[in-house]
Amino acid sequence: MAGINKNAAHIRANVVSNKRVGQYHQLIVNIGDLAQKCRPGNFVAISVGGENSRMVLRRAFAISRVSSNSVSGGTMELIVAPHGQGSKWLCAQGEGAILDIIVPLGTAFGIPTEPVQVLLVGGGYGSAPLFGLAEVLNAKGCRVDMLLGASTASKIYAPMEGKRAVNSLRIYTEDGSMGQAGRVTEPIAGLIHDLNIAVIYSCGPMAMLSAIDEITRGTDVVHQCAVEESMACGIGICMTCVLPVVDADGNISMLRSCIDGPVMDGSFVQWDKVGKAL
Amino acid sequence: MTALDFSTTLGNAWFPAPTFTASGCASSGRELSQFFDIKTMGGVVTKSVMLKARNGRATPRMAETPSGMLNSIGLQGPGIDAFLAKDVPFLVEEKARIIISIAGETVEEYSTLARKLRSVSGISAIEVNISCPNVENRGLVFACDPEASRRVIDGVRRTIGGELPIIAKLSPDVTDLVSIAKGVVDAGADGLALINTVLGMVINLDTMRPHLGGKTGGLSGPAIKPIAVRAVYQVHAEMPQVPILGMGGISSGRDALEMIAAGASGVSIGTASFGNPTAIMSIQNELKDLLIAKGFTSLRQAIGYAHRPEGE
Repeated sequence: MAGINKNAAHIRANVVSNKRVGQYHQLIVNIGDLAQKCRPGNFVAISVGGENSRMVLRRAFAISRVSSNSVSGGTMELIVAPHGQGSKWLCAQGEGAILDIIVPLGTAFGIPTEPVQVLLVGGGYGSAPLFGLAEVLNAKGCRVDMLLGASTASKIYAPMEGKRAVNSLRIYTEDGSMGQAGRVTEPIAGLIHDLNIAVIYSCGPMAMLSAIDEITRGTDVVHQCAVEESMACGIGICMTCVLPVVDADGNISMLRSCIDGPVMDGSFVQWDKVGKAL
Repeated sequence: MTALDFSTTLGNAWFPAPTFTASGCASSGRELSQFFDIKTMGGVVTKSVMLKARNGRATPRMAETPSGMLNSIGLQGPGIDAFLAKDVPFLVEEKARIIISIAGETVEEYSTLARKLRSVSGISAIEVNISCPNVENRGLVFACDPEASRRVIDGVRRTIGGELPIIAKLSPDVTDLVSIAKGVVDAGADGLALINTVLGMVINLDTMRPHLGGKTGGLSGPAIKPIAVRAVYQVHAEMPQVPILGMGGISSGRDALEMIAAGASGVSIGTASFGNPTAIMSIQNELKDLLIAKGFTSLRQAIGYAHRPEGE
């Protein structure tokens, strides 16, 4: 964790736009020059509820994309599901609203130095940061294929413009309401073989990440996943967002998903021990 | 500019400001140092360290509650040896003033921890956390038992000698806080840290079971502030000579001043830092302005001011 969050700043930032996209909200927020410091995988921590809010903790959201040359200065995009009180409040913030934000936080997806074949796997709105990642990987010359899954069509997040950087995109829904019926993890083993995949990048529910780890375990495929555990602070001081990770010496310890993650090497995460006391 | 003496003391330890982190709410200090210069606050109270490395409790470890949160960490930490090797040198290098918080499972373990601290330089005081609510056996919450509290403090006092101030951290989850406070002061505590979190629970309505991995957790944040102010007031009324580090939901300069007026010589900020990494700096500045605005020329004048006789 040495040097992590060294680019993080605590700022007040303007909402540039807030649009509904299916079941989600797309928020564009002006963060000025900080946009240049954000990498795919990084997240933000936002105060919710306004002044005198009874919600004392920040909410963490993955940065889905940044733009450094927009008319309103550097901006970032967040895809938010209005789920709980905090995210509902955020989704109700219109153009011009001011947000109290800490940005950028956490680890980023590692980008291969060579142009290799990569597979991006997203579950629900966990797909959001994968589109920004796809652009970066595409610019590196990687062939990017993408799988998105959700329980039902309305929970798939797949913006039209996001598909430009992707060679192929397949969608899976458990109820068959969009794309193919089934789980997003079903075709992975076949694709690793057919496309000679070197790296899998994943973002979504923990059960999905764990299922991908089972497929890649014992193979040469690198699995970089963005993990999700509920956080109180987002900056490494509360010790609530931990999960069991093994180190090179075989020692398992509870690492913080905010500061040692959210992006982690999936093969080091002890998936069978997540949510249990060691 | 009005001159204000903002300094405070806890036992024989002097601090330039009365604002501290709350133990368990600043990790190693490195994380907050990304956001402000940690030597500018009164001091860092480190996360309670135990003898051996400890993984803590299962997740979920937290639940937000109205104006507060429950946590159930279970004293995760590297153990005293790794802590002294890695974390303390950083704080010393940053020139932060350090209060080391220790937690043991037995009376003897507290003494062993104290022995390991005896030769460490750069420490201002020791907080003896006898009130962490997140232990498997509630019987181990020493601070709920006057006799056990006394024995822990007595053991630490004998081990550490007379040099370093000992601050006993007490639980509000007791019937008679004042008698427990008196007991630990008699046993050799130089000061008191009031209050630890309040034991609580949240039921998850999806699973219809306790939400936290550890089932119960410690409630912190503004929700418990009146409990903390009451505790500080009651103890200060009985023992005005004993310095108190007050904590529990402080998130503004006004909150800090309430605590000081109730009898605290300093304040610790915990949950507010989770919501705002520079909360301690804002609280420190607001408190300074408030004291000046109210005509105090030193922090010391304001300590226990709410106890002054009628008519003053």
